[in-house]
Amino acid sequence: MDLAVIVLIQVLYAIASLVVVSAGLAVVFGMMKVINLAHGEFMMLGAYAAIESVRIGVNLWVAMLIVAPVSVAAIGVLLERVFIRRLYGRMIDTMLATWGLSLLLIGIVTSIMGNTTAGISAPLGNFSVGAYSVSSYTLVIIAVAIVLAIALRWVLLHTSLGLIARGTMQNPQMANALGINPSLVYSATFALGAALSGLAGALLAPMTGVVPTMGGAFVAKAFITVIGGGPAIVAGLISSSALFGAISQLATFAMTPVFGEVALLAGAIVMLRLLPQGITGRFFKGAL
Amino acid sequence: MSTPLPDRHASIPVPGALERFAHSWKSAALTLAVGVVLLVALPFALDDFALVQATVYAVMALLAVSLGFVWGFGGILCFGQSAFFGLGAYTYAIAVTNLGDSTVPLLLSIVLPAAFAAVLGYLIFYGRLSDVYMGVITLTVTLILFNVVNSTAGPEWTIGKAPLGGFNGIPNIAPLNMPGNVDDVIGPRGMFELSVGALLAVYLLLRALLAVKLGRVIVACKENEQRVALLGYDSRAHKLFAFVLAAAIAGLAGCLFANWGAFTSPTIFGLAQSAQIIIWVIVGGLGTLVGPIVGCVAIQWLTTQIGTQQAINSNLVLGAILVVFVLMVPKGIVPSAGQLGVRMLKALRGGRRDVAAVSTQAAVPRTRSAAPAADHEASHSAPNASHEETA
Amino acid sequence: MTTQQLTPLLETRDLNVRFGGVHATRDVNFTLAEAELRCVIGPNGAGKSTFFKLLTGQVRPTSGQILFRGKDIAGMQPHEPARLGIGIKTQVPSLFNGLSVWENVWLAARRTNTSTQSERVTREVLERVGMIAYRDALVGLLAHGQRQWVELAVVIAADPPLILLDEPAAGMSDAEVARTAELILEINRRHALVVVEHDMSFIRKIAKTVTVLHQGAVIREGTPERIMSDPLVQQIYLGKKPH
Repeated sequence: MDLAVIVLIQVLYAIASLVVVSAGLAVVFGMMKVINLAHGEFMMLGAYAAIESVRIGVNLWVAMLIVAPVSVAAIGVLLERVFIRRLYGRMIDTMLATWGLSLLLIGIVTSIMGNTTAGISAPLGNFSVGAYSVSSYTLVIIAVAIVLAIALRWVLLHTSLGLIARGTMQNPQMANALGINPSLVYSATFALGAALSGLAGALLAPMTGVVPTMGGAFVAKAFITVIGGGPAIVAGLISSSALFGAISQLATFAMTPVFGEVALLAGAIVMLRLLPQGITGRFFKGAL
Repeated sequence: MSTPLPDRHASIPVPGALERFAHSWKSAALTLAVGVVLLVALPFALDDFALVQATVYAVMALLAVSLGFVWGFGGILCFGQSAFFGLGAYTYAIAVTNLGDSTVPLLLSIVLPAAFAAVLGYLIFYGRLSDVYMGVITLTVTLILFNVVNSTAGPEWTIGKAPLGGFNGIPNIAPLNMPGNVDDVIGPRGMFELSVGALLAVYLLLRALLAVKLGRVIVACKENEQRVALLGYDSRAHKLFAFVLAAAIAGLAGCLFANWGAFTSPTIFGLAQSAQIIIWVIVGGLGTLVGPIVGCVAIQWLTTQIGTQQAINSNLVLGAILVVFVLMVPKGIVPSAGQLGVRMLKALRGGRRDVAAVSTQAAVPRTRSAAPAADHEASHSAPNASHEETA
Repeated sequence: MTTQQLTPLLETRDLNVRFGGVHATRDVNFTLAEAELRCVIGPNGAGKSTFFKLLTGQVRPTSGQILFRGKDIAGMQPHEPARLGIGIKTQVPSLFNGLSVWENVWLAARRTNTSTQSERVTREVLERVGMIAYRDALVGLLAHGQRQWVELAVVIAADPPLILLDEPAAGMSDAEVARTAELILEINRRHALVVVEHDMSFIRKIAKTVTVLHQGAVIREGTPERIMSDPLVQQIYLGKKPH
């Protein structure tokens, strides 16, 4: 019974991590069709932002929930204006350029921060379930994932900002005719995606350790989750994270964490064969 | 025909001289000639250390050509070509440790990556997954291989007599020997000749393939997969063939690499290696076979220079190069240099207006993606540009 | 006089396809004899291009059969109907833009001919459509009308018994249109053709029988004169109510 609770928590945590890790990419790829292969490095920047601000005395929660997203959003806006926007519509070139950007960011951060792993210990300690001990922080991540999904859906569906963004993505000429500046919308949307990535990096820093190359572990999973999710941004994110998080965690329990990663990939390939449009290409159609 | 052809006097847009040269047997002959000269002359011109350097350049160039072929001519965006490279290296290492004589291991190092590619390719092409998925999935595959092999450090991870070694890799890999005689092993000069020879042989093989029906259909798949099917060719099978062939070539390169260093480790599957192969091809020029060779040698040389000094991080430089090239030199060195050369020649001969010059611009395909997405190249205004047909 | 029962070249039986909520092809029963020339007309959205996509395996039907010389080709992979003998010139010209005119046609010819034969066939077909002077031209750089003819050449080169032409005269000048009509009639000597078009004068030049599609269904079939004077057809095109 206790074991069942532990397994449940770990599975929920795996799903929640995927949601948190993939949210930024879901916004950028889902809305703008921009393949940002530097997504992992945005997370890395968020993690470093959090660590460095904690080092100069900022409260951990403020560092993770405010400093990290805001600073990465600022970097995101800069990058979008300077070069991402030159590549709109050119999907493959965007992939390549953002891959270059990813290497560039790793190089820059390594030069400044060095190669060693920094870290923050997970706050809030542990709690017990029978004979087992679980990090309370996993519950935080699960909570954040839930809040994130709800907030994202609310912003996209129920605010004028969300409506403007969705409309502009579908028909920028029309947006222009209605007095909306599409390039501002693109910058803002990209910034939101970057902010979410930075937030994810900061939140996961206590669990993974912070090193300039940490992004690589996440980018593949994030992409698989987003592509597998399909066209609906939030519904896709949740359904895909649920599916792949569960598969991955259960496979990890059965064998090893590496096996969990393999299972995730295998699951993705099989799923894409069956549902080439992603989950929300077939189910939950019309949802956001 | 009773009705006359309209526009009788309009100029006919043909590819320029450079383009025609690149596609003719003459460019293959030229490359072959240069290659043979280098093959014969360099062992005399270079000292042992430089020859060993030249050997690894040739091996990596072979790897670059494999990607240059499958991407530039097949339109298949494989971000994880290092997976086949690494599988080739590891297969050779494990097989030669177990079998002693190197002939079968050499063959296995070509066949096993090809078989792996056949399965992966089947899932991707027969599932008709798009470019984007292909890129992400192949990248993920190589990263997963990295993770898996990296975690095999313990002694329980042994295939026959060969421990996988985890992050330590497999050291002391036995070199290639004359088939049948385990003691007659290949030396540095032989390694050089074998590597350059393999590079030239593969180059010729690919040029020959691209001149016959099979190769032309593969190129057509890159141009317009729909029309290929409407002509009765199975595009999935053709793409799978190109993908598997490229994997076999990469596997061979892996075997040669394992021989060159007598060592292999999981980093061969890693992000850095997979990114480098892409950079070589982009810098050298997508759409030619010589381009990736040039790009590879140039970047490798650059990386060696950077590696000897500590001031600038190599990731930084590679990343910057990739970004700059994608934004500003999208065609890569070889086509751009070729066009520059053509333009300079015309300027020297004195401005005779030539339709050919205009067409050369468009002739070398600017797009790196398969045809439908090529339409996106034209529209720079919006991220989600798409085209629809009326019912 | 007894009529010999010949297997029609093409026959669709109760053919239906639905995309989400759209019933794009509705219970279509369509028959075409060998070497027959049929025109298909209908307003935008009538399902003409969808019908062609069904015939060439690009779209899988929801129900019904497509019999080509008696063999059901419904739901085949997109390259299979072509191998059986169906060629198509699509509404938006679908060619290999980065390759030369010669190579486009050669690829079409080469599937069913040896290398030497293909050289001959390619030259003959290009001369037939009058594009031989453009043999080395890059297709992507040609004018629209020229691309249409190249595509026609590509389709003929594979020598299929059934040729589908989706708006072959679209965007052409009067001279080009007349030339296209001549070409089509000439092709019709040995191939069956189904031509989707909007231009009634063009249609009258080439067709004996016209099929009218509306909202996915066949509503009328007959000679061009009968179709043009049919009140239902006039209504769907012009909004006139039948008395």
